[in-house]
Amino acid sequence: MDSGQVSTSARRAVVRDALGIAIASGAYAVSFGAISTAAGLSLLQTCALSVLMFTGASQFALVGIVGAGGSVWAGAATAALLGSRNALYGLRLSSILDRSGLKRLVAAHFVIDETTAMAIAREAPAQSRFAFWATGAALFLFWNTGTLIGALATHLVPDPKVLGLDAAPPAAFLALLAPRLRAREPMAIALAAGVVALMCLPFVPAGIPLLIVAVLVALYGLLRTRA
Amino acid sequence: MTWAGVLVACASCYALKLAGLSLPARLLEDARVQRIVPLVPVALLAALIATSTFANGRHLVLDVRAAALGVAVVAVLFRAPFLVVVAAAAATAALLRLL
Repeated sequence: MDSGQVSTSARRAVVRDALGIAIASGAYAVSFGAISTAAGLSLLQTCALSVLMFTGASQFALVGIVGAGGSVWAGAATAALLGSRNALYGLRLSSILDRSGLKRLVAAHFVIDETTAMAIAREAPAQSRFAFWATGAALFLFWNTGTLIGALATHLVPDPKVLGLDAAPPAAFLALLAPRLRAREPMAIALAAGVVALMCLPFVPAGIPLLIVAVLVALYGLLRTRA
Repeated sequence: MTWAGVLVACASCYALKLAGLSLPARLLEDARVQRIVPLVPVALLAALIATSTFANGRHLVLDVRAAALGVAVVAVLFRAPFLVVVAAAAATAALLRLL
């Protein structure tokens, strides 16, 4: 971290923002821990997802599909498809995090929505780097603590359905989707995707409608790029 | 089986993150990649909302989860924080089942 070039006041402001984001995400991780446990994943599997996957939407998708009776492989494929956007974040960050070797391997794990937003919002590269690492470290800590709390609390409940936890995943997906619906095209795509998924549902195993939707949206994107 | 799926999914997600930092920029700057990748989460999250609300196995059903989603929509429109949206939906389902 070349934080030597960043003034103390600038650093303090970044840390304050990073903590704000991390605390909000920690609360969100509590709901992940609860939903994952209610879906039938063990405490260790739930925590492994937050430590090793560390990208919210993908984690919710995997446990949502498993909880709905889909195969873990359909869940894994959907998680990976949702994680593809992190590759584009990495592209935007690669000029800021021009490190090779071990440091880049660790940095890669932190390439997610929040760290990217925090890093690209700064003007000087040294500030961007500091924002990236501060947000990544704070998030990682709160995300995993939150997951553990949510999972442990849910383990104490004999039937998670009593708490309505089976109705929680759609709300979690909605909260993740809402910020992406600011234009007409994503709205139309979201509606079409929902309808197509429900139409396929009776005919294929659980989880497969999602992969059909992914293929269709990729085809749509391809056709619209050439047009 | 679950463990294998979990670990493969984690490895795939990490590989995608690392690819963004490592692959030559021109591959990811391709117009098609730039066009398609941001659309994928929109479509998948919407499909996940639909299936996790209206599916029971391979059957389409209308139950308390639909009401819970309705409450979540209202919470999102009021810009409620993530945990509030999720908790409001869960509480709605729990209360309706008690009735």
